[in-house]
Amino acid sequence: MEWFEYLSFGNDGWGDELASGLGITLSLALITLPIGLLLGFSVAAASVAKKTYPRLIAFTFTTMIRGLPELLTLFIIYHGVGLLLSKAVKWLNPDAGFFELSPFVAGIIALGLVFGGYSGEVLRGAWQALDKGQREAAQAIGMSQLQIFRLIELPQMLRLALPGLGNLWINLLKDTALVSVIALNDLMRMANIAVGSTKKPFLFFLTACLIYWIVCIFFEWCIARLEKRANRGIRTS
Amino acid sequence: MFEILIDYGPKLLDGMAITLKLTFISVVIAGLLSLPLAILRRSKNKAYQWPIKLYVSFFRGTPLLAQLFLVYYGSGQFREELTDLGVWWFFREPFYCALFTFALNSTAYQLEILRGGLQAVPYGEVEAGVALGMPRTLLYRKIILPHTYRIALPALGNEIILMLKGSAIASVITLMDVMGHTRRVFSQTFDISVYFWAAIIYLVITTMFVFAWRLLEKRLTRHMCYPVNSKPLSTSSVLSTTKETCHVN
Repeated sequence: MEWFEYLSFGNDGWGDELASGLGITLSLALITLPIGLLLGFSVAAASVAKKTYPRLIAFTFTTMIRGLPELLTLFIIYHGVGLLLSKAVKWLNPDAGFFELSPFVAGIIALGLVFGGYSGEVLRGAWQALDKGQREAAQAIGMSQLQIFRLIELPQMLRLALPGLGNLWINLLKDTALVSVIALNDLMRMANIAVGSTKKPFLFFLTACLIYWIVCIFFEWCIARLEKRANRGIRTS
Repeated sequence: MFEILIDYGPKLLDGMAITLKLTFISVVIAGLLSLPLAILRRSKNKAYQWPIKLYVSFFRGTPLLAQLFLVYYGSGQFREELTDLGVWWFFREPFYCALFTFALNSTAYQLEILRGGLQAVPYGEVEAGVALGMPRTLLYRKIILPHTYRIALPALGNEIILMLKGSAIASVITLMDVMGHTRRVFSQTFDISVYFWAAIIYLVITTMFVFAWRLLEKRLTRHMCYPVNSKPLSTSSVLSTTKETCHVN
């Protein structure tokens, strides 16, 4: 079979190259997840705040992130932040060379911003769905703000937000394919390189699609398990 | 900053036309395809269910960029066969390839949304229709579909916005939409402000679309509205307050 020959590991096949690309894709997504979640929590906290300015900032941020194409966000970060940093470096040290942001870091920042914007909305919804009486009860027995959040609100929020966050995680995995456009050697770009040297575009792009598909199905299964576990204390009809 | 707009503004507007055309046509094609497929998907026949399930899972489980590459570059591997079939002209054009991929992708998403909408139609109403002796087409036309679309409308709006944003990916296969022109201008001038203008264009399109869609939602749920400060229906007077004036705010 031709297909297996092209995808074999070693010097002749492209299996090991695709596998290393998958490694980059997964590590990019896994590193982005905590950063994006942290940002999402901050955005959610800002948008449930009593003061106007945090809410305004959170609203502007989520509206912008949700209105801009991910590809454009990525380019703005990759070129814009790169340009800013190189200007800053030039200002500090006029002899320094041209500074370029690494595609991996740019990918983390851009995807983290996107994930933060979307998850902020999901987490805000979960936060507002909580029973207000519980917070009041916690205040009445003298818990600190941090304790209330950690012990009472967070566990319930995560249960409510899990379906939304699961969707966002799958979206994040798929969006990592975009970083191939700024020349990061992820799965998509490895498939591209393989196509360039073998002239078998359908075979390699179909393989890439199938790999993404398998990864997504695996994580969907994981999320379903997590949801089942998170809802084990809830009575259902 | 403004020089860029003066020099390249018309180009960006050309790109905007392509972006809108691409999004609009693919979303409409998907809208037409997704309804029959969603109804088939709900039929009890497994021979219909499984292929559709597989199709939806594939298109929702793989990146749009990968699908686009599969169609645009992948079709090149079968160039001779496609030429023999007389469809090579279609797969040669990046615009048609993008349209094809986006329509298929959006169909998968819209199908899932409509399936949820079909499921949420109160069963009693369907039974009532059957009891009145309505034929199937009339049942769908008068009872099931209005309900379905009313329920699915917000999710469909989100999907269209996602498609609009997704269409920026078409710039990767050399299509000159907003993103394509933006990238070219940046590579020529290295002026970062062109990204700013592109962002404004996308934000304006999405914001206008959100408002237009909200009007549509209001229109379709107008029977759930009553004017401010008028007396609500007697049965619901206990439940509703005067603040609630409309289903859509």
